[in-house]
Amino acid sequence: MDNIITVTIIDREGVEHQLEAPTDMNMNVMELCKSYDLPVKGTCGGMAMCASCQVYIENDKVTLDRNDDEQLMLDEAWHVEDNSRLGCQIQLTNEIDGLIARLAPEVEDEDDW
Amino acid sequence: MIETDILIIGAGPVGLFTVFEAGLLKLRCHLIDSLPQVGGQCSEIYPKKPIYDIPAYPSILAGDLSDKLMEQIAPFKPGFTLGETAVEIEETDDNQFIVTTNLGTKHKAHNIAIAGGLGVFTPRKPPIPSLKFFEKKGVDYIIKDPEAYRDKKVVISGGGDSALDWAIFLADGVAKEVTLVHRSKSFRGHLDSVQRIMDMASDGKVKLMTDSEVIDVDGKEKLEHIIIKTKGEENTTVSIDSWLPLFGLTPKLGPIAKWGLEIEKNAIKVNTFDYSTNRDGIYAIGDVNTYPGKLKLILCGFHEATLMVQSAFKRVYPDKNNVLKYTTVNGVNGF
Ligand SMILES: Cc1cc2nc3c(=O)[nH]c(=O)nc-3n(C[C@H](O)[C@H](O)[C@H](O)COP(=O)(O)OP(=O)(O)OC[C@H]3O[C@@H](n4cnc5c(N)ncnc54)[C@H](O)[C@@H]3O)c2cc1C
Ligand code: FES
Repeated sequence: MDNIITVTIIDREGVEHQLEAPTDMNMNVMELCKSYDLPVKGTCGGMAMCASCQVYIENDKVTLDRNDDEQLMLDEAWHVEDNSRLGCQIQLTNEIDGLIARLAPEVEDEDDW
Repeated sequence: MIETDILIIGAGPVGLFTVFEAGLLKLRCHLIDSLPQVGGQCSEIYPKKPIYDIPAYPSILAGDLSDKLMEQIAPFKPGFTLGETAVEIEETDDNQFIVTTNLGTKHKAHNIAIAGGLGVFTPRKPPIPSLKFFEKKGVDYIIKDPEAYRDKKVVISGGGDSALDWAIFLADGVAKEVTLVHRSKSFRGHLDSVQRIMDMASDGKVKLMTDSEVIDVDGKEKLEHIIIKTKGEENTTVSIDSWLPLFGLTPKLGPIAKWGLEIEKNAIKVNTFDYSTNRDGIYAIGDVNTYPGKLKLILCGFHEATLMVQSAFKRVYPDKNNVLKYTTVNGVNGF
């Protein structure tokens, strides 16, 4: 189909989700996950300011080069690996057709209220 | 005890606007927020960013939107309990509620409007298993009283403004020794602050450890040492009094989840007739609620608040009828 690519997201339980992703909607990987109700918070709305959309890139469909804001945010995130990127900084384009990305662990701790 | 008609939990844009719509119906409001300032996400996450979808404002900075809302609701003299988190809701014999905060402040109200957004803003904590044990025993995520660090050996982690600003402040004659530990060489904070830290580091006022990370904490009763990993070097153990991991805040649903409300996808299910929850007298508006077709937008929250107060009115004045009046015709008559 025109303007539709496939992106595979592996969730935190290891389940693979093959998602049909539109390339003409100005969307990114964080938004794609949210649109399929995958557990990605995207708290900062995609401004590279929260790292809740961190993913590990599992194949070579997208560069591992991070932009400046993304790098600065990942410098303050956890469970960061060499193949970490922020999902919100990866635009859905025809070039990334076939991308496989794994959701990074969520840092959740119990708070006492 | 603070008494009011509508107790609003959450002073984000939606909670603030509720005061206006309630005021038009002569209902008084009081707001609680865990943040020390009003504005919710707008003031905490993106105060300097423009919003383009507030009707009649082609563009408005999120921080300015909070300020304008405060100006708009001022005639209705809302009360505020800021810097406190609502933790408990009890029902009273006279069909009202008592809401208690983490600091024990009690509020009595006919109605509760939960406008808690994405939840309570809480510190982002590094995933170190033993960290919890040392909280308030040498590890602090929020600095309440800088005097607590006077003449102490302090390590600060983080690369944003709060880490930089506190490092600068504490190193300027408060703490005995300040070390700033950051995983890279570049910082996210304001350029001026970054420059200041670099200057202080070359003057020996701050010890700067870049490409480094605190990976563990240790001590008997309280924090005594931290372990720092530096790229390409052996781990070092450093004796300190306090470690301040300052990595910003992130919202978590928090106590809202424990109030017997129906929760779906981390949000409270409501009836779109009046945004009531499954508990009579408790409403949920703004980002915190969910219903078929829900959009987490400020303008939708404003609409929800407006419908909600009509129903709240009925709980305060069961025998009175209320009729829609235009502000144009009647003006805004404050308290
Ligand atoms: C980067 C970004 C950009 C955005 N851009 C837009 C945009 O362009 N247009 C738009 O319409 N929307 C936008 N939004 C969304 C918008 O900010 C939210 O819809 C709005 O803030 C929701 O308002 P609210 O009052 O419901 O909740 P919030 O703003 O989330 O405020 C909730 C408040 O409740 C407090 N709270 C929660 N639980 C408790 C408790 N138990 N006790 C005490 N206090 C509590 C929290 O501390 C918080 O301050 C954006 C959001 C982000 C993050
Ligand atoms: S959504 Fe916040 S960093 Fe990507």
